[in-house]
Amino acid sequence: MDAVILQILNGLDKGSAYALIALGLTLIFGTLGVVNFAHGALFMIGAFCAVSLSKILNLSFETIDETQTDFLGNPLKVKTAYIESWFGPELGASIIDWAVPLAILFSIPIMIGIGFIMERGLIKHFYKRPHADQILVTFGLAIVMQEIIKHYYGANPIPTPAPDVFKGSFDFGTLLGFDPNVIIYPYWRLVYFAFAAVIIGTVFAFLQFTTFGMVVRAGMADRETVGLLGINIDKRFTIMFGIAAAVAGLAGVMYAPINSPNYHMGMDFLVLSFVVVVVGGMGSLPGAVAAGFLLGILESFASMNEIKSLLPGIDQIIIYVVAIIILLTRPRGLMGRKGVMED
Amino acid sequence: MLGLNKHDMKMLLIVAALAMLAPFLLNPFPTDSAMAQFNAGYPDLMQRFVIFGIFAIGFNILFGLTGYLSFGHAAFLGVGSYSTVWMFKLLDYNIVPGIILSVIVAGLFAVVIGYVSLRRSGIYFSILTLAFAQMSFNLAYSVLTPITNGETGLQVYTSDPQYLIDDWETVPHLFGLVEMRSTYTMELGAWSFDFNAGYYLCAVLMVLMFYLSIRIFRSPFGMMLRAVKSNQTRMNYTGLNAKPYTLAAFVISGMYAGLAGGLLASMDPLAGAERMQWTASGEVVLMTILGGAGTLIGPVVGAGFIKYFENIFSKINENVLHEWFGFLPDGLENAVVWVVEHFVGSGWHLTLGVLFMMVVIFLPGGLVEGGQRIMRMLRGKKSDNDAEKTTQSTPAE
Repeated sequence: MDAVILQILNGLDKGSAYALIALGLTLIFGTLGVVNFAHGALFMIGAFCAVSLSKILNLSFETIDETQTDFLGNPLKVKTAYIESWFGPELGASIIDWAVPLAILFSIPIMIGIGFIMERGLIKHFYKRPHADQILVTFGLAIVMQEIIKHYYGANPIPTPAPDVFKGSFDFGTLLGFDPNVIIYPYWRLVYFAFAAVIIGTVFAFLQFTTFGMVVRAGMADRETVGLLGINIDKRFTIMFGIAAAVAGLAGVMYAPINSPNYHMGMDFLVLSFVVVVVGGMGSLPGAVAAGFLLGILESFASMNEIKSLLPGIDQIIIYVVAIIILLTRPRGLMGRKGVMED
Repeated sequence: MLGLNKHDMKMLLIVAALAMLAPFLLNPFPTDSAMAQFNAGYPDLMQRFVIFGIFAIGFNILFGLTGYLSFGHAAFLGVGSYSTVWMFKLLDYNIVPGIILSVIVAGLFAVVIGYVSLRRSGIYFSILTLAFAQMSFNLAYSVLTPITNGETGLQVYTSDPQYLIDDWETVPHLFGLVEMRSTYTMELGAWSFDFNAGYYLCAVLMVLMFYLSIRIFRSPFGMMLRAVKSNQTRMNYTGLNAKPYTLAAFVISGMYAGLAGGLLASMDPLAGAERMQWTASGEVVLMTILGGAGTLIGPVVGAGFIKYFENIFSKINENVLHEWFGFLPDGLENAVVWVVEHFVGSGWHLTLGVLFMMVVIFLPGGLVEGGQRIMRMLRGKKSDNDAEKTTQSTPAE
């Protein structure tokens, strides 16, 4: 029982990342009808927003401190971050410590900006072209984004720690009456899950309860009619693209402490997220979220030792096996709508 | 001749001539000159040109004719490589059984994967093939280690059984007649040209495969595949089941990929799982599109182009750039070098990405279409009628 709960918890953080990326992909697909292979790259850029902010905050100058000496007796050079000298050592240190959560604020305008530029500059010209062309051009764009990041940040993963407060682990088992240290779970992953839940909730609420969201949903259902009613649907869809990019970026920012960002992390997630979208049903937002969590949890169950000894290698392929079975038995995915992307 | 019309025959002869004379054509600069680093005529790279040419020609039979975009073709390449290395391990270093087995095994894989994947089309097909390829890749890395040797990669050890081995066999060869790595170097004044046995074997096979692909393109079967691309629904309404045709195309292109994989392993008896990763599948997509999908010669052009620039661009470093732009004033020189440096050396993939996007956006027909447009512009001034004729006839290609 404890092992089952542990695996469900373990699956949640990966599942949250899948769900967030898949949500953005579905938003783009549902509104603009574009298959965006560069979405993983947006996730990666989000993670690098966190890296950049922590680098910026750590910018420092050197002073020679006469009171301290190194082992040769020379005065020691002391590095002081600008932030610390501006806000005082204590506040400065805690700002640096909280770099990743602060990067959320920092990344939203950047990601929305990138989303706007992408949509207006490139994707706009591909609405009428076949899906294969859209896949190809966004695939090219993903390569370009990756290489730019690689050029400036190098090819190695860059560790980006979470704030000290969240560094420990939470003994989840004691809450449920198990022995201590049976089910322990890092705080940051809990934060990630909660954060993902908030973002997903916000996006759904935005679409469900605002006039803007209502127009967008109407546009997803029948773009032409909404256009005939005199509503500038293109502008709204562009904004949705920006929001989708921001969702992917935020998923990336918060994921940086879990897995040190490197330039190809986006591609790794992209393949899985596409599988998630297809399993959930192309164009279905709840489907994308549900499938994201489902596949994340299935993946962590498959990596249990008991199951691995039964079916060796299952942990590596479970997601693909599920995807193949679902695509062949329920061609529309778990919650796909009728008439969306049916061949 | 050979069942080809005049135009196709000309194209086949051009490809054959280019392939046979490649050691000369790719080494245009004297060995000692500063430009020698642009020489691509060394055996290893030339082999890659033609092997990836075969891979791309095969991919084009599927994507160019039927429009089904597979993102998992690297799986067949990897499977082919593994089969060939296993033949080396079990029998001996003769490459023929290995290559035959690699084509057969890749074909079987393609039948299974194609049968399942082709039940869907469009993006679903792309994702299904991607899923199958990633599955093979993950399995090759983890559970199938006894067969694939996991991360180390499969290679031949002296402890392997090798039931047919003779004492003199140490490297891959063709019936003991010639070793794949044997190279004859011809010195001609300041120039030197390498003639490599393995390269010529691959080149001959590529010309044969190119011929086969022309025949497929011009056959009723090829016509049927084009019909699938242009309107599958209409085909279904006329009472035709398109699936056997697309499956046949999928299997043929899988076998091409298997052959390419087998040849890769024959030139260098190694096989690693990274050959099956989806980025490798992406590479063959890039080659085909860059050259021109659906055209006969496009994939070969694309494969050659990408492999050439991958090797040459990545060799250019900052010093070389400073040498080139040395004639500019200092400030300007540094600025130019700073800009260009992003695109060469390790930044080669950036160039590739940008170029690829440009091609998809502006030249959907790839470099071949670009060439045709330039030709038309040059010829266009003479006679407009003629130009119109070419436009009408090209889409069929």
